[in-house]
Amino acid sequence: MKKYLKPINLMELLRPLGQLIVFSLGSAAVLSIIVLALAIVLNNTAAGDKIFAQLKVSLFAYTVANLPQVLVDGLTLGFVYAAIALGYTMVYGVLEFINFAHSEIFAIGAFVGVEILIALQNAGLIGSGSSLFMDYVFLILAMLAGMAVAGGAAIAMERIAYRPLRNAPRLVPLISAIGVSFFLQDAIRLTESLTTGQFNRIFPTFGNFDKRITFGKIPMGAAELPFSVPIKSFIVIIAAVLMLVVLNYLVNATKVGKAIRAVAQDRATASLMGIDVNHIIAITFLIGGALGGAAGLLYALKFTRIDPYVGFYPGLKAFTAAVLGGIGNLTGALLGGIILGLLETFAGSYLSIFTMGAAGVEYKDIFAFAILILVLIFRPNGLLGENVTEKV
Amino acid sequence: MFKRSFAFLSLLVIASIALTACGSSTPATQAADSGSPATSGNVIKIASQSPLSGDQSVIGVDIKNGAQLAIDQLSGPLKDMGFTIQLAPYDDMANPDNGVANAKQIVADPAIMCVDGHYNSGVQIPSSEVYHSAGLANVSPANTNPTVTTRGYAEVNRIVGRDDVQGVVGADFAASKGVKSVYVMHDKTAYGQGIAEFFQQEAKAKGLEVLGFEGTEEKANFDPIITSIIAANPEAVYFGGMFSQAAVMFKQARDRGYEGMFISDDGFDSSDAAKIAGDTLMAGAGTFYSTVSGPAAAYADTAKFVTDFKAAFNHDPQPFAAQSYDSAAICLAAIQNAIKANNNQMPTREAVAKAVRELKDFKGITGVYNFNSIGDPVVAKYFVIQVMSGDPAQWSANEIVQTLDIAPPAP
Repeated sequence: MKKYLKPINLMELLRPLGQLIVFSLGSAAVLSIIVLALAIVLNNTAAGDKIFAQLKVSLFAYTVANLPQVLVDGLTLGFVYAAIALGYTMVYGVLEFINFAHSEIFAIGAFVGVEILIALQNAGLIGSGSSLFMDYVFLILAMLAGMAVAGGAAIAMERIAYRPLRNAPRLVPLISAIGVSFFLQDAIRLTESLTTGQFNRIFPTFGNFDKRITFGKIPMGAAELPFSVPIKSFIVIIAAVLMLVVLNYLVNATKVGKAIRAVAQDRATASLMGIDVNHIIAITFLIGGALGGAAGLLYALKFTRIDPYVGFYPGLKAFTAAVLGGIGNLTGALLGGIILGLLETFAGSYLSIFTMGAAGVEYKDIFAFAILILVLIFRPNGLLGENVTEKV
Repeated sequence: MFKRSFAFLSLLVIASIALTACGSSTPATQAADSGSPATSGNVIKIASQSPLSGDQSVIGVDIKNGAQLAIDQLSGPLKDMGFTIQLAPYDDMANPDNGVANAKQIVADPAIMCVDGHYNSGVQIPSSEVYHSAGLANVSPANTNPTVTTRGYAEVNRIVGRDDVQGVVGADFAASKGVKSVYVMHDKTAYGQGIAEFFQQEAKAKGLEVLGFEGTEEKANFDPIITSIIAANPEAVYFGGMFSQAAVMFKQARDRGYEGMFISDDGFDSSDAAKIAGDTLMAGAGTFYSTVSGPAAAYADTAKFVTDFKAAFNHDPQPFAAQSYDSAAICLAAIQNAIKANNNQMPTREAVAKAVRELKDFKGITGVYNFNSIGDPVVAKYFVIQVMSGDPAQWSANEIVQTLDIAPPAP
């Protein structure tokens, strides 16, 4: 009886929240300082003159005025990356291989959720005239369904494609993962072609998700820039934070979590201690898959349009985030995701201005992957990679 | 040791993934009719190449359907001469790699005498190199990039206008609406970047201030670019590219509070644009697009086509379906002429290609066609259209605000 009445470990609930706040503020501050310093340096160069000629405002003032919006956009994106990165990092923790099919698990979650919402819209349950409360209920239901299917798919994937290769050299399951990734892409494509005939799916417009909360206007020279945040960005951030907190609690403060950590540390010894290793690995995939599925729906909510290949780039970037933070390390995945999301948005927003249009928004992804290469060269274990023994 | 091998492995994996990403769509080999080789010497095939799958398939499938309808309705005279005409539809997936792979299969099938095809200029240009080296006639229903014809290939023709005119039409329209400043974006394809550059040139010539010129392959997250646009606050945003990107960007920009005008090109002309962006297209200063293919109602002779098309395929034709019907009809007429010139024997591909170029006053449903020395129609129609409804079902009711007949630049 005692085991069911175990008090909630408040510390484990608060710790990830604290980490999130520190990471977000920390990386936001560091990047802001870098950008502002660059703006001051470039202020008196041709780049500054150009922006002054165009908008009658100094480069520095331009940078400052746009900063709040860039930070909010970057953090939203960062939390989506972080939620996906957790799936990579958990699987790496227990199996020490990179599950490249995780990006398709993400796409499955997005498709299941969006298809359910489209069906609800066709049934007239959401859309014009529906109550706001029910809109949120349906959104949550769609997300839970996406999580369930994505989690199930992840378990099936583990059982079919990875478990038979458990003792093969490490490159073998990796190649299997890439194969599964292509298979799932085309499986989604096939399913959509057979059922709806189109796989360019649009997140239905309903609820108040598209509305924006305006925090006022930021003066920029003579003009004013609106600073507002859409409600869906709040939903993305809140949902991602909730997922991260629950996951952290699950791994660090429950019995299953202890078993996962034990398997991650030493699979053979864990099985000698009476832990069913296969079972625990399946649970790990379930959790990672469900997180990926939820991230998929959040992504669809934020960015409207999905297709069967939608998982590829977010997946690759989340993998980068996981490596950046230290793969196998949950906290690292959070930090990596936030840094990457911020970095990408900063690069996309300021690169063109700072380089006078020579390197525009199209180069923003180069930053993500350049960072990955630098980290792999100088700090192969990632930013938070020292505590290898605590990996999950 | 472990660290190093992991680092190396990860780099290796990233590199290989990045490479496969370029072709992450599986190669398409959707030759529907390739299973039935010409049993007699009298089977002639017309190939169609368009995206039958992927996010542009809405248009691509109707390009195939238009060709199918033309062959069903217009191959009677050839049948009487003892020839069987078949359609061989190919799926280029809007991807140059697949287009070229299909083109190689097409030229390898001796029964194929003419290609009705390509929706995307970026796919048509490399694929037509293959047609050119095999001497196979290609009539394009939709490709507007100048390079399609300016290479001067004897086999390659199109029945639509060109981007160096269309971009100018877009910029002139913006100027006529009193727009003073514009932010230009494109999708980095041959088509999108090409038209955006022509738009930019003309906009500058007309005294519009171009506040930015950016290309992006991004399909989902336009936040960073919208930040720049809102800070620059142009009166209009031009997007050279396809609706699948443009509509997402327009919606996100409107959601962020941008109130100016959106202008795009014929790549925007699809009911899916309304599905993606909905009512946001009508907000602010509205959304306009230039096109080389007006709605079916813009042409006098398409009423019967629309009725027949609906009866055969159960939906309204998408843009370019009527052009595809005409392209296939031109193929049929040329094949017929070539057969006659060859004493009712199977013609050579060269003869068919020559017959296409030599057609005089061919009367199609979208106009009367004569080709100039490089395969451009001697006069092409251009339209500027305003989006009137966020309902995808109402897309064909969009209003034509300008119709122009313009000759192509001298070859």
